[in-house]
Amino acid sequence: MPHHLKTSRAYTTRLAAGFALALSAATLPNVPPAQAQTTLRVAMTAGDIPDVTGQPDQGFEGYRFVGYTLYDSLILWDLSRSDVEASLTPGLATKWTIDPKDSRRWIFELRKDVKFHDGSDFNADVVLWNISRLTDDKVPHFNAKQYAAMRTRTVNIDRAEKIDDHTIAIITKEPDSLFYIQMSFWMMISKAQFEKAGSYEKYAQMPSGTGPYRFAGMVPRERLELTRNETYWNPKRIPKHDRLVLQPMPEATTRAAALLSGQVDFIEAPSPDTIARLKSSGMQVLTLPYPHNWHYQFNFVDGPFKDKRVRQAANYAMDRGEMVEMLNGLAQEGYGTVPPSSPYFGKPVLYKLDPKKATALLKEAKCHPCEVTLAISTSGSGQMQPLPMNELVKAQLEAVGFKVKLEEMDWNALLDVTFKGREKFPAYHAVNVSRATQDPFSGIFRFVMRKQWAPAGGNWGHYENPEIEKLITEIYNTFDQAKRDAMITRVHEIMNDDAAMLFVTHDLNPRALSPKVKGFVQAQSWFQDLTPITVGTTN
Amino acid sequence: MWYYIARRIAYAIPIAIGVTVFCFALVFLAPGNPVQMLLPADASQEVVDLIMKTYGFDRPLPVQYWTWLMRAVVGDLGVSIQSNRPVIDEVLRALANTVFLSFGAVMLAFSIAFVLGTLAAYYRGSATDRGVTALSIVGVSIPNYWLGIVLVIIFAVELNWLPATGMGPGGSETFDLFNWSHFKHVILPIITLCMVPVGMITRTTRSAVSEVLGNEFVNTLRAKGLDELAVIRHALKNAMPQILAVMGLQFGYLMGGSILVETIFNWPGTGFLLNKAILTRDIPVLQGTILILALVFVVTNLIVDLFQTAVDPRIKRS
Repeated sequence: MPHHLKTSRAYTTRLAAGFALALSAATLPNVPPAQAQTTLRVAMTAGDIPDVTGQPDQGFEGYRFVGYTLYDSLILWDLSRSDVEASLTPGLATKWTIDPKDSRRWIFELRKDVKFHDGSDFNADVVLWNISRLTDDKVPHFNAKQYAAMRTRTVNIDRAEKIDDHTIAIITKEPDSLFYIQMSFWMMISKAQFEKAGSYEKYAQMPSGTGPYRFAGMVPRERLELTRNETYWNPKRIPKHDRLVLQPMPEATTRAAALLSGQVDFIEAPSPDTIARLKSSGMQVLTLPYPHNWHYQFNFVDGPFKDKRVRQAANYAMDRGEMVEMLNGLAQEGYGTVPPSSPYFGKPVLYKLDPKKATALLKEAKCHPCEVTLAISTSGSGQMQPLPMNELVKAQLEAVGFKVKLEEMDWNALLDVTFKGREKFPAYHAVNVSRATQDPFSGIFRFVMRKQWAPAGGNWGHYENPEIEKLITEIYNTFDQAKRDAMITRVHEIMNDDAAMLFVTHDLNPRALSPKVKGFVQAQSWFQDLTPITVGTTN
Repeated sequence: MWYYIARRIAYAIPIAIGVTVFCFALVFLAPGNPVQMLLPADASQEVVDLIMKTYGFDRPLPVQYWTWLMRAVVGDLGVSIQSNRPVIDEVLRALANTVFLSFGAVMLAFSIAFVLGTLAAYYRGSATDRGVTALSIVGVSIPNYWLGIVLVIIFAVELNWLPATGMGPGGSETFDLFNWSHFKHVILPIITLCMVPVGMITRTTRSAVSEVLGNEFVNTLRAKGLDELAVIRHALKNAMPQILAVMGLQFGYLMGGSILVETIFNWPGTGFLLNKAILTRDIPVLQGTILILALVFVVTNLIVDLFQTAVDPRIKRS
């Protein structure tokens, strides 16, 4: 740990001096941070440094910047190309297969000669220890917060066993052909380092993984510093810069100003109104489709949207081109649950703008004017620019005969509505919560499965469709990928047939980079690989 | 004097308790709940219950309040739900950064306002007076978060003279006031924050000084042949208690009211901390921060009162 990082206890002591504490900042020791040759400085949208002790918090941004930098999972995402949606690639496991004799038994062959940053070995025992960390509340290294955050991914695990030093098996409760995907979200932390630390609180000051970056220091809520792991097991992904500094900067204007004034090199999610200014200053503004959906989930029990014709009318009312224009091109038109670049898009019914048809459908459904109430948030992770976007949706819906009431609340309150489901909030006819659609379960199934009816899961409005139920059961029992993908695509198409959501737009994942930054390949993913980036000499 | 101090401190205790009840209740009245941000939207009830139990949110509210208060009395404000760090450390660290900013802003404001207000009072009714009054109205009326953004655009983005965000190149822990590359991070936030106090203190100084200048003893001073500077000095001494009171209040407001400015400048203070805690319903952090800020307000007022007593013997007599 660098010597300039002082404990907060020192702050506490200083405070005793009453008013003199105003000057306390002035009395801090003047030790400049270690200056490396090249440093990549990133401004994140998060309000705090994500949890560094394994499973990051702060959503997928935490995984992007703290998860896959410090740590590896058994299976990784291939983030090396821009032309297709990111798919899975071997990580700490070199191979994974389903046991031909038992469709509940997954076998993972582990990578040999991998060491953690603290020098300890990565092997089958460490993997089993990591599995118990998030599944068994009786072990001393159990972590309740991370267990809770991972529960939907681990719920099907029955047990895990060691086959030899470099092979393990995970046995699921039910056959689950998509189970292996969950292992791409499971960070492997160092057992030896944790035991040395003794608690998660202490381990947070000395985290150790196998990832391409090592922990170098942290100022809570302000900055996390990582350095290059020279001995990373994948030589292609040894970082091409010496140091990575991550700073939480939740305010979009602040991020843009920080980039323009040269304080950072890489910012996440610049807002649409700053794009012209960033470009005119020579900044690189990158956009690319990725699995994100900005939509409304309908209430299928109470109110007008239980009628398929009303749902279709709403979809026909959307002028998605106007929405993209309003967002200065930082989004693409949304016609389905997943973007057209997804392997599961298929050939669904597309609800292109048709106001006449929309009005006719509303009249046929005897809902004209059709009064609906939409629950929306004022901001939030992945919500883009929720207020102007919802105003536009409202105007477009009202143009065809809806009468829309927008119920605004802050992000946390909207999450509460989403979590509890339509039963507790019958007055809301749709909720606007955007989602990551990274894998078939979290991107597609959870919105339509009977088992996922809120509050048990993500099916907020209690949608049900026997055909989809049958298909999903089959998918989980099909271990042939091509056959399975065809069925997943079919589920996606049925959702469109049924107008199971109000499809509006997909975010284009904007980020802006200083002209000094070279070599970044943006992936069609929530995750990104920063390792190939080179940074020109500072100023 | 000591009796006076003791009485003031005794008064502060019920205020502090009132604040704790108020902030405890307020936080729980807001919709949403603290475990929401920790869990995926499709977390099961079993998982929610586990987390609620882990943090003690499953117990009745009065019990939660009592447990919290008993720990708070000995300086333990609990652990942040989001960061898992002790709240007291988080708040004190942020507080030091905010006090630094507020103190700087009030001092700068005082220096400017003292001169302007005195000039306006002395040349009452003149063009100088009208100019100063107009300036103080502008200072009070400009929303400081807007001013902050404008200053950033001009001095950080366009001219590139000053940094736009943060507290020094290495964050607050390595901050060094006497190093230019660190100090320049302070300039824009302090200028932004000092605008409202400049307006308020100028107005108070002007009215207090001009009121004193209208007193008969001033005529006596002049009749005794004192020069004008000495007359002003006497007037200022008499006006000081009022000016100090406003300064103290302004300092208090800046401590609690800089949420937007700290967010714009990414300044790691209490406003930034509160902003995050409100949005994530991090209840222990919210309660701890509000409590500490309320105490700072009470203590500031106490100190200002003591200062007033020191400069104005009339208060002691009453």
